[in-house]
Amino acid sequence: MSDQSVDYHPMWAELGLDLPSHDALLGAVGQLFGDAYLTQENRPKGMDYLNFVLSEVHGLRIKELDDFRKAGGKVFGTFCLYVPEEIIRAAGGWCVGLCAGAEFAYDQVEQIMPRNTCALIKSFMGFKLAKVCPYIESADLVIGETTCDGKKKAYELLGEIHNTWVMELPQMKRPQDLEMWKGEIRELVKKAEEITGNTITAESLRASIKEVNDKRRALQRIAAACKADPAPISGKDRLLATQVAFYDDVPRFTQMMNALADELDQRVAAGEGVAHKGAKRVLVTGTPMALPNWKLHDIIEKAGAVVVAEEMCTGSRYYQDLVDENAATLDEMIDDIAEKYLDINCACFTPNKGRIDDVVRMAKEYGADGVIDYSLQFCGLYEMESNGVESAVREAGLPVLKVTTDYSMEDVGQLATRVEAFLEML
Amino acid sequence: MRVLGLDIGSRSVDAVWLDDSRIVDWAVADSGFDPGSAAAAFVDRCAHDVIVSTGYGRHAAKERFGGTAVTEITAYGTGAAVLFPEAASVLDIGGQDTKVITLGHGGRVTDFEMNDKCAAGTGKFLEVMARALGYSLEEMAECALEAEAGIAISSMCTVFAESEVTGLVHRGEDRARIARGLHDSIAKRTLGSLKRVNAQGPLVFAGGVAKNPAMVALITEGFAGEVRVPDEAEIVGAYGAALSAAVE
Repeated sequence: MSDQSVDYHPMWAELGLDLPSHDALLGAVGQLFGDAYLTQENRPKGMDYLNFVLSEVHGLRIKELDDFRKAGGKVFGTFCLYVPEEIIRAAGGWCVGLCAGAEFAYDQVEQIMPRNTCALIKSFMGFKLAKVCPYIESADLVIGETTCDGKKKAYELLGEIHNTWVMELPQMKRPQDLEMWKGEIRELVKKAEEITGNTITAESLRASIKEVNDKRRALQRIAAACKADPAPISGKDRLLATQVAFYDDVPRFTQMMNALADELDQRVAAGEGVAHKGAKRVLVTGTPMALPNWKLHDIIEKAGAVVVAEEMCTGSRYYQDLVDENAATLDEMIDDIAEKYLDINCACFTPNKGRIDDVVRMAKEYGADGVIDYSLQFCGLYEMESNGVESAVREAGLPVLKVTTDYSMEDVGQLATRVEAFLEML
Repeated sequence: MRVLGLDIGSRSVDAVWLDDSRIVDWAVADSGFDPGSAAAAFVDRCAHDVIVSTGYGRHAAKERFGGTAVTEITAYGTGAAVLFPEAASVLDIGGQDTKVITLGHGGRVTDFEMNDKCAAGTGKFLEVMARALGYSLEEMAECALEAEAGIAISSMCTVFAESEVTGLVHRGEDRARIARGLHDSIAKRTLGSLKRVNAQGPLVFAGGVAKNPAMVALITEGFAGEVRVPDEAEIVGAYGAALSAAVE
């Protein structure tokens, strides 16, 4: 997976990684990436950058974090998009998403948590326990959030072995909840200042709001290009862009994604696509797909369809809303951040009608022929919302396939049959 | 045009030869450990212009023999709709999975549900249970049909249900009543799936398990509409696959 000319093993050893397990993991991810991504035809040239980033996911990027930390910088690890990157960056820190998208060391995880815990939680704990995630080992602080019961309890366990801080996210969106959430963001401001030793100023926060908004704008451009038929980029590639957004260097990533978006605009203008015009178009909604979870997209696209949009945390929820850029004071900026983040439509809220509206609206905007509702097994929140999504989409005149799965490959055959049959039905 | 429809399933490989949509021959073989060879023997058996494969082995067959591939859902839907033009829904219980399909205009699949991971309540489940009870599949179905009342079996997982059955056997329960209980629980689960997709009658019951008279009786009794069982329930998938070539 890494540049052969550089041996990162000493760096990994210094971070405390378990080298044999880590090598095995990188080998597996490399193979997965090769099978899912490098077999694709007619990819945009701009994907070379993401191929490179992925090939150096535990190499060059970790080296950058390492250099940053050695120069006194602080790294903050997060699992969820409710943690405002703007605050961390305004304090001079860097934010990285943590590994949670592959089955690893479940045997160790199941000694401390129940078997019937969702794959996302088991995965991050497995990566930590097996010492194979250089991101968490580079994180001076892990910031968790109370987005579900499983995560809440998992962060208690993580807190025993890693410096962890948990933000309380409200479960409703009433005015009093917003006030509470603003308080939580202000606590994060203090925490980020304490860890970095820097003070967040109106100038630094204004700059980071702009910077993170620009990243979202670049992703919005990539998404918007997929309204065209044929879609200029595969769903898998677009998903990878969103996944990489969580941990890549922000200004560089934004620049490269704008270049990719320029290319996509040209492809759309030239009528060039990844699949033929008229290929079946699918909207995917549901639980986040953390890197390297490409399972469902891979099945859908190998069956000849194109995923044209993701209504998920590794999709529209990550980039569709921007923080207001017109605030004058630090306090106003913090309030704006709180409002923007509370607008995200996660199933941890009640009610969460906004998500269903988004699914139906996006299905129309992106010209989807059908919707696949994806839940990780044991993710009670998304599994519970599944029926509501199904009826709303059906009412809008589109077919729905509900899929509950995990990171294992044991159900790939049956899943492929269901997805292919769904596509044949469209 | 001569078309060969191949259904490469977990338990059997089925073949149907069509000449201008008319069945000229059909055959069934055990999948065994090498379903590809069983399929290859069918491919070599008669001349044909086109091959359409379905079932678990559809992609491997397409690669090996050429032609096209369709899913079992489309194949069973197409086959059932041609056999019974008035059919509104299809139930296929095969060796490893169960599918319920609703049909719209012209036999088009409008919705379906399929078990996801395990073989709960499928042909494989019945095989394991027959072995646990010391029956052949035929005997088990016969005894289940004759038993007056079933003993409730709470588990549908093949592994758990086998333990449950073993427990009941050791308690000295009548094995015919256990067999009946097993059939009852599959029927209940299947009827639940049919309800979820809002399946209407007439329902075509196909797949290997449709050859089990106890299952047919229980589904017929529990389903609100009419139930039709094709004479050769096993080959509906291969037939539908072959027909889908004609449709194209």
